Amino acid sequence: MKENQSEYLIKRNNNEYEVVIGLEVHAQVLSESKLFSSSSTKFGAEPNSQVSLVDAAFPGMLPVINEFCIKQAVRTGIGLKAKINKRSIFDRKNYFYADLPQGYQISQYKNPIVGEGEVILDMLSGEKIIGIERLHLEQDAGKSIHDIDPKNTLVDLNRSGVALMEIVSKPDLRSLDEVNLYIKKLRSIMRYMGTCDGNMQEGSLRADVNVSVRKKGQKTYGTRCEIKNVNSIKFMQMAIDYEANRQVDVLEGGGAVDQETRLFDNKKNETRSMRSKEDAHDYRYFPDPDLLPLELSDEFINDLKKNIPELPDEKKKRFMEKFKLSSYEATILVSDIETSKYFEEVIKNSDVKISTNWITGELFALLNEKNLEITNSPISAKNLSKLINFIKDGTISGKIAKSIFEIMADGDQDPKKIIDEKGLKQQSDPKELKKVIDKVVNDNQEKVKEYKSGKEKLFGFFVGQVMKATAGKANPQLVNEILKKKLK
Amino acid sequence: MTEIKNLTLVDLVSKVKSKEISSKEITEYFIERSKKSKKLNSYITENFEKAKKMADEFDKKPDFKCKLPGIPIAVKDLFCTKNLRTTAGSKILENFVPTYESTITENLWSSGAILLGKLNCDEFAMGSSNETSFFGNVQNPISENLVPGGSSGGSASALAADLTPATIGTDTGGSIRQPASFTGTVGLKPTYGSCSRYGIVAFASSLDQAGPMTKDVKDCSLLLEVMSSYDNKDSTSVQFKRGNYLDKLSDNIKGKKIGIPKEYRIDKMPKEIEDLWQKGINIIKDSGAEIVDVSLPNTNYALPAYYIVAPAEASSNLARYDGVKYGFRSEGTNLIDMYEKTRSKGFGDEVKRRIMIGTYVLSSGYYDAYYLKAQKVRRLIKNDFDEVYKKVDAILTPSTPSSAFKIGEKKDDPVSMYLNDIFTVPVNLAGLPAISIPAGTDKKGYPLGLQIIGKAFDEQNILNIAYSMEKQINFKNNLNDWWMK
Repeated sequence: MKENQSEYLIKRNNNEYEVVIGLEVHAQVLSESKLFSSSSTKFGAEPNSQVSLVDAAFPGMLPVINEFCIKQAVRTGIGLKAKINKRSIFDRKNYFYADLPQGYQISQYKNPIVGEGEVILDMLSGEKIIGIERLHLEQDAGKSIHDIDPKNTLVDLNRSGVALMEIVSKPDLRSLDEVNLYIKKLRSIMRYMGTCDGNMQEGSLRADVNVSVRKKGQKTYGTRCEIKNVNSIKFMQMAIDYEANRQVDVLEGGGAVDQETRLFDNKKNETRSMRSKEDAHDYRYFPDPDLLPLELSDEFINDLKKNIPELPDEKKKRFMEKFKLSSYEATILVSDIETSKYFEEVIKNSDVKISTNWITGELFALLNEKNLEITNSPISAKNLSKLINFIKDGTISGKIAKSIFEIMADGDQDPKKIIDEKGLKQQSDPKELKKVIDKVVNDNQEKVKEYKSGKEKLFGFFVGQVMKATAGKANPQLVNEILKKKLK
Repeated sequence: MTEIKNLTLVDLVSKVKSKEISSKEITEYFIERSKKSKKLNSYITENFEKAKKMADEFDKKPDFKCKLPGIPIAVKDLFCTKNLRTTAGSKILENFVPTYESTITENLWSSGAILLGKLNCDEFAMGSSNETSFFGNVQNPISENLVPGGSSGGSASALAADLTPATIGTDTGGSIRQPASFTGTVGLKPTYGSCSRYGIVAFASSLDQAGPMTKDVKDCSLLLEVMSSYDNKDSTSVQFKRGNYLDKLSDNIKGKKIGIPKEYRIDKMPKEIEDLWQKGINIIKDSGAEIVDVSLPNTNYALPAYYIVAPAEASSNLARYDGVKYGFRSEGTNLIDMYEKTRSKGFGDEVKRRIMIGTYVLSSGYYDAYYLKAQKVRRLIKNDFDEVYKKVDAILTPSTPSSAFKIGEKKDDPVSMYLNDIFTVPVNLAGLPAISIPAGTDKKGYPLGLQIIGKAFDEQNILNIAYSMEKQINFKNNLNDWWMK
């Protein structure tokens, strides 16, 4: 296992720089309809097929809040152990762009729905807490498409008005590993709650990355740059890596870092300046007069709290206490809600230790190789549980189990059927085994002499011969016992 | 039989119900008058042929249970009407045809009314004289070359000239009450949240409110009843018990306490306005109600606060008219160029002025000094009213500081134009209901209105007071149809 890095130091000349990172994650709220309209949010529909009059900002159209999205944001806030603000306000963020039909985005500026919270990173060296500054709700914009028509830009408004949660971390992240763990943990929490599907390919999760560097030991933060709209963990890491080194180069060259917004070009692996602080938009935020302040009652919040599922941190604790798993094993098994469900399904009727090893070993390797999610596992929890029970009760050896597992991977068969059909049941009848061993000993008198004269490593040779004679089905423990007696 | 133009909305409804008159007769009558009244320029878009057809249909299968059975009504061109062009008085929406209906107009049609056409108004309802409309000035039927007021100028003109038996307008800072006052008609701005804003081209969302414009208070009660409804498509719509305003209308206001706010006695107020106000006070006393002197100390700050809040909201509300999705577009070399050309050519000067003011007061560094401060003033103004309403049931003031002025007289002097709203604006800032009723004329014979301001959701009370006063004032426009000759 590789140790997670908890700091990222860049050395230049005689100076050491520490990298400081904060993330603004945009997570699409899992909801059938948009934040202020009843249009569908389904991914991949025909362009402009999921656009209401409200989404396209027709004259006189008014936003009406989707209560389900409010609940999803509050639930997420609860999952982040955050303060839920009983009063929050929707503001208009004004700017002109072709895919922003209203000419403003409805967002939350000064009074977000969720305040400070935290996310716990499970580092190999222990836990690290990353502070959450806030979570607010906002509308997504549409999409400008520049590469279909040579002269014109086309606009698809399907995304226009889709609800996003912007989750802003404190500048507490210090390494690329931490960024990876943070995104994965955040994603995991939201998937546990069903508030965001976390699908980065479909754009359900993307982030603006704030990066600054400072000399090691320095207390104040350096000037930060914001890298806009990065849509995979790998790209985030590449962008941070490039950007931090760029900033160090600037400082080492005697310059100063300009506060600016930058773009990450994943083809060239570099960040480029988009606009400086001076050119920053004046968004003219003001409370949206079409919407009343959002007031949440204690009852509303408590009802949601009551129905929060067990979250990864709590589940990990339970797994460690109840099943005596190591922190590492528990972390892996709870990292994804579906994995934890699979695990709990298997151990309902099977040995915890063997199950843990098989899931984190053979099964994960299989899924990895076939690039599958556990929900699409070719081997069901039920059948894996049966296989593990056959190992446990000695019906099959671990080695045979592996070959059965491979057969099961091709279409989820019942291991019992495979064992019966292929006659793979372990030979555990001492009388039968004795016969086989007698024959092996008789056929190899020379070797027996050598063994008895002290060449003890020949023992393995005899075991091998017995296994060969039984096509690997002999119970290895029994073979050992009988052989030892026989060769005494 | 009395000529149709001398009948009120309530009269027409009862005559249709008693089958004395058909929808077709009424509809054709108003269409004929409208056709002969082009000089007034009240209409932007006519719906005459369709209206006739609908009147025929109504007569074939009449439903006498509805509140406006087969009654033709022309509406301000700020209400989106399905399949009929809706311009908001602007070039930028010159050819815009909505695929949807505003809740307010939907309420009219589902009560049996028939759409006669769309009436002229100031561009995006920004104006007090109807002179900012892309579709030209509107004449006040009271006298040639007189403005009808604004922004619901076309509505007021059409109503006073008997081109429609009643109409509806919108009021953001006085846009119903001021034109009502200028044309000798009745106009009511309901409590904010009473009438849905869904499908009304937005000017300033926190102030905009639709309301009835009618010949008398009874008509006003009936039309408000039809218009007002809770609407879940408008998040600022308020659920409250809406009355049968007409059934409950009563001229008995004995024992009511009516406040007279001293701050409305502004400097250089014309004597005619003073006298009119006094006349109103006397009438109220004669009705057995009590006059109470009250103070609304922050009245002075209402107009400046309004001219910050309204443009701020407008600058954002009008951002959607960008040439991308619908409406007028002027092609450009790139996106920004297209925006600039579209908005420069698509909007008129007054709209641009307000977008610029609004953009300025919201920009960083100025937000606190202007927008935030204006919002605080707004709160203080509301508090003033709350305080006064502990002592009185309603407040009586003049509707406007003067009678109608000549077309062109104030066009190049925005500040003097804005001063027209001085008595009406505080009501919008506080979200209260208020009605303007004709109460007399000035020396020139031009009508003047009095305004009765009520408590929130207490429309019935101000309707009753207005009804009682109306009976005693017995005002009548004596128009000779000069524009039809």
